[in-house]
Amino acid sequence: MSQSSTGVPVKAAGKSRRAWNDPKFRAIFYQVLVVGLVGLAVWYLVSNTLHNLSVRNIATGFGFLDRESGFAIGESAISYTPDDTYSRALTVGLLNTLRAAAIGIVLATILGTIIGIARLSSNWLVAKLASGYVEVMRNVPLLLQLFFWYALIAENLPGPRQALNPVSGVFLSNRGLKFPSLEGDGLTWLAGGFVFAVLAILVLANWSSRRQERTGQVFPIWRVAIGLLIACPLLAWGVSGSQLALNMPALRGFNFEGGLTLTPEFAALLLGLVIYTAAFIAEVVRSGIQAVSRGQWEAAESLGLRRSLALRLVVLPQALRVIIPPMTSQYLNLTKNSSLAVAIGYPDLVSVVNTTMNQTGQAIEGIMLIMAAYLTVSLSISFFMNWYNARIALVER
Amino acid sequence: MATEPMNTAVSREAPVSQIGAVGWMRQNLFSSPFNSVLTLLSGWLLVIAVPALFEWAFFQAKLTAANGTECHEASGACWAFIVEKHRLILFGTYPFDEQWRPLVSMLLLVAMIVASGWRKLWNIWLLPLWVVGLTAVAVLMWGGVFGLTYVENTLWGGLPLTLILATFGIALAFPLGVVLALGRRSKLPAIKSICVIYIELIRGVPLISLLFMSSVMLPLFLPEGLTIDKLLRALIAIILFAAAYVAETVRGGLQAIPKGQYEGADSLGLTYWQQTRLIILPQALKIVIPPLVSVFIAMFKDTSLVVIIGIFDLTLAAKAALTDPAWQGFGVEVYVFISAIYFVFCFSMSKYSQALERRLATGHSR
Repeated sequence: MSQSSTGVPVKAAGKSRRAWNDPKFRAIFYQVLVVGLVGLAVWYLVSNTLHNLSVRNIATGFGFLDRESGFAIGESAISYTPDDTYSRALTVGLLNTLRAAAIGIVLATILGTIIGIARLSSNWLVAKLASGYVEVMRNVPLLLQLFFWYALIAENLPGPRQALNPVSGVFLSNRGLKFPSLEGDGLTWLAGGFVFAVLAILVLANWSSRRQERTGQVFPIWRVAIGLLIACPLLAWGVSGSQLALNMPALRGFNFEGGLTLTPEFAALLLGLVIYTAAFIAEVVRSGIQAVSRGQWEAAESLGLRRSLALRLVVLPQALRVIIPPMTSQYLNLTKNSSLAVAIGYPDLVSVVNTTMNQTGQAIEGIMLIMAAYLTVSLSISFFMNWYNARIALVER
Repeated sequence: MATEPMNTAVSREAPVSQIGAVGWMRQNLFSSPFNSVLTLLSGWLLVIAVPALFEWAFFQAKLTAANGTECHEASGACWAFIVEKHRLILFGTYPFDEQWRPLVSMLLLVAMIVASGWRKLWNIWLLPLWVVGLTAVAVLMWGGVFGLTYVENTLWGGLPLTLILATFGIALAFPLGVVLALGRRSKLPAIKSICVIYIELIRGVPLISLLFMSSVMLPLFLPEGLTIDKLLRALIAIILFAAAYVAETVRGGLQAIPKGQYEGADSLGLTYWQQTRLIILPQALKIVIPPLVSVFIAMFKDTSLVVIIGIFDLTLAAKAALTDPAWQGFGVEVYVFISAIYFVFCFSMSKYSQALERRLATGHSR
């Protein structure tokens, strides 16, 4: 190989011809050419943009972020009023996006896994229903599904005064789903107990797996974990003796007050995202399980493992290796698709930035903010999933 | 002990429980207690859902009605709304008397897509066919020649517009994507990093942000006085977006080509472009045809996002139909209707891709 790169000296040709025949020279020439062209194009666009901005008297920069926003946002995880700054409004939007994406990913994974397994079921009816679901949901645009769910909720549910009331304290109307919330100091204790339980389970799981490797004794970690998750919060609350009250929603005037709300916009977005993405996740899960050969099941059986243990210890770890990379791209898709919320009026990042752009005229900054936010989220998810993938990857000799 | 001769043995029928409908049900629906419970549960769900759905969609539905209030009296679907508005939904604001033109263009586009899917026609004649076909579509839609009245493209709408966005988007994103994929596989670090940055940047952001960018930032990018219309701007965003996904798919195919093919081409003394054009791409593209069809399906669905920047495609036409004050509250009907249209296109493409995958499986799969 090294001989071809040095080349045989050409006798008659001049110096430039010899240089042209040198792959190293050509590589540098092509790269300089391409970088130069791309740089030229970028410079052309930027200079045009700067010129156009100065002609239209648009100031550039992110100074507008500190100004008062002056618009209200329908739902927000942190306190927000129209008197707050644009940067706070954008934070609200970002949190709303993250909330939709996080809940969506969890629910879509659960639903998708169930449907993926159902497609492989030996039960004919269940398998056909699951594949029907996948085919229909995959082949209809998500935006349309969002419109559909939103129309279904907005057109077919009664107004607040005629709200459906299946259980006392729960109201279903075209203003969304209202349900009672827990309030009081006891909530902090409950949450503290829960966090303690999670930490304790992590430590316990670590200890039990090390003990099992050493002595072979199996510790019933699942039963203990569930017990801890229930007992710790209740115990913390009981010991503190603090107050915990139910805040029931009640109809006042034309709308409900108190309690927690699942707004129609958020419900439609979540329904659409989960149902659409679950169809894709189902296919990922199905192909992952099918990638594990039958012999693995049989070998596990011949070792005397129960079917549940064989699934958990033999099949799933191998299937996960196939599943993780396409699953990552589905999570990324779901996160990016949550930007469609702008079409049904859920105040996600894109929708808030859109309002900001219309009010301030800072189009370039707004779009850069959207892109930066999504790039950060996408890259974080893919870094995490790559780390997880590397952790479970096959260790070869 | 005398044994019976073989030829007098009476062959008995298999037991009733093992053959026919009963046997099939025992095997496929009630093979275990858990399966029986699942069958009963899903059967129960079907018994509840399917008749209710049929009642809504057919038996209680209204096909003719003078206005929305009359239609609301029926408990079923109001297909009368679709019947009333189908021209608006399918063709948007295209002049009413000229709507045969988008209809013909639409049929032409579909015919070309179907023809391209037919393997017997996979030869050099496909290219001129597309050039002629797309020119015919442009002439029909715009008019202004052959006695056709001129129709501005701001008036285009509905299904033909969706098909035009998808077809032109695919046709132009494909070559760009192939170039990007080759660039990403290049040994030249500068070219490789430019392609990697482009692909990862585009794949990391949602299509909406690109559509916003093309609708508000593209006018700023261009020299003063030069403007491009809204439809073209949306098309540029779609092409830039889809190219990154096409590139990643094609890269998969390039990576699947064994090293020996490159070395073989090198040893024949082929230049990079000869090697790419004659040896590598024909094999790589063949492998990635099925995933490419998936990218195209995704793109077809994604054209619905142009609604957000106000392009009058099928989805926005449906939303426009909903704004008529005489017909209020038929969102579910109209969305079911256009979902069915999208479904027919996407489902047939995905079935085609599966069939193709089986046909093309010539020893590459292990």
